[in-house]
Amino acid sequence: MSKLLIEGVSRTFTGVGGGQPVRALQPIDLAVAANDFITILGPSGCGKSTLLRIVAGLEAPSTGRVLLDGKAVTRPGPDRGMVFQSYTLFPWLTVAENIGFGLREQGRPERERNEIVASYVDLVGLKGFESHWPKQLSGGMQQRTAIARALANDPEILLLDEPFGALDNQTRGLMQELLLGIWERRKKTVLFVTHDIEEAIFMASRVIVMSARPGRIKSDVPVDLPHPRHYTLKTSPEFSALKAQLTEDIRIEAMRTAQTQSA
Amino acid sequence: MLRPLHPVAPGTRTVLGIAFFVLFVAFWAWITLGGHVNRIFLADPLSMLKDGWRLLVEDRFWLDIMITIWRVFGGFVLASIVAVPIGIAMGAWKPVEAFLEPFVSFARYLPASAFIPLLILWAGIGEFEKLLVIFVGSVFQIILIVAVKVGATRRDLVEAAYTLGATDNGIVKRVIMPANAPEIAETLRLVLGWAWTYVIVAELIGSSSGIGYMIINSQSRLATGQIIFGIIVIGLIGLLSDFAFKALNRWLFPWSLA
Repeated sequence: MSKLLIEGVSRTFTGVGGGQPVRALQPIDLAVAANDFITILGPSGCGKSTLLRIVAGLEAPSTGRVLLDGKAVTRPGPDRGMVFQSYTLFPWLTVAENIGFGLREQGRPERERNEIVASYVDLVGLKGFESHWPKQLSGGMQQRTAIARALANDPEILLLDEPFGALDNQTRGLMQELLLGIWERRKKTVLFVTHDIEEAIFMASRVIVMSARPGRIKSDVPVDLPHPRHYTLKTSPEFSALKAQLTEDIRIEAMRTAQTQSA
Repeated sequence: MLRPLHPVAPGTRTVLGIAFFVLFVAFWAWITLGGHVNRIFLADPLSMLKDGWRLLVEDRFWLDIMITIWRVFGGFVLASIVAVPIGIAMGAWKPVEAFLEPFVSFARYLPASAFIPLLILWAGIGEFEKLLVIFVGSVFQIILIVAVKVGATRRDLVEAAYTLGATDNGIVKRVIMPANAPEIAETLRLVLGWAWTYVIVAELIGSSSGIGYMIINSQSRLATGQIIFGIIVIGLIGLLSDFAFKALNRWLFPWSLA
């Protein structure tokens, strides 16, 4: 059985001020196997973030439904951890308190909380920063904390919405390796949204390419590159071939977007 | 020389800041001691200080100061206790806002000072009436500002908390309230400043103690030195309480400072 099932999910936004309704997503079907790392790749505005927010339960689909372990998603919950592109650490909590937030909301005893928090602080390499405020951290460290915060709940699936989009290139590369390293060791079902082709290939066991708005699945590309992956993989011929193929796919969609916007 | 938005050195800033006070007092001394205005209408700085000293030593003016401070803080604390929870409820739950917002917006424009005759009829001219004037003047302001701040809580933080398993109740208590606590404290600091205006107005009418009473009493005796001394005392206390409030906020919310 698939871990996550997306069945005929579409989304239409009502028109602003009596305008035409805007269709963001065409009906989408997608089955995600347990412990798969899926990246959703698409040009900006293709509705990929909307799809992820529907899986998270932060938005309701206009049609269709999302099933996690056979249960329909109706609202956000701790079984679907999410990392956002914007920095969403709670500024009034320290790094350790941020990571322990979900555990606290679920009423887990303090001792247990502290143990779990310590292990995730370790996992994302933030030892020594436990009692820092978020504003004292760099962007990369904030996103590492956000990943630890989402993982500390031990969610069934981890959803990431362009989590490294606001980071500089070097930090982004390091963060990709960090997240992939965690996934290789701990195995988790992951849905990762990005518009960066290299990132999509490097992270994924399967890349879902989305079309321009209204979004639909344009292609579904398995990535059979061996694990553990090292950044040098990005310069290998297999990687380059995949990149060339996806670049072509995305380019067509990006041009389509540009045309509809100028029309 | 003067480049737009160019910062000024800290030392120069202090010197310039003090310089204006010096100029101000010098101008005041010049028009009064130099005989350019009638002393009946404006006392000179020296007699102001002399009058102030006499007030403090002989007329036990410090008792009036204490009673005014107590009124300001009493009315202000009362208003805060009522207004902050209502403001949070309005900001967090939109039906509550829809229910109360139109009335509060209307009530906010009712001048507190115009209520004084009515409040005297209801509550007499005792301490309770003074507290009520400040309460009426502050409570609607605090409610509205707090409601607006809470309503503007960062949505991404609320969403993040939901995905971490927070309940609706948890969102209000452990996201909306801590996220807005520094802004609410800042609002209270602002309104405390306004409360100083209301207390003096309350003491000008139907009062037998307080700084405002001393001022209105001095008017009938043309003691302009005392009036100016009273005004300066109010300014100094306002400044001090503002500093104290700022320090308290810094200590309470170390995470919100840049």
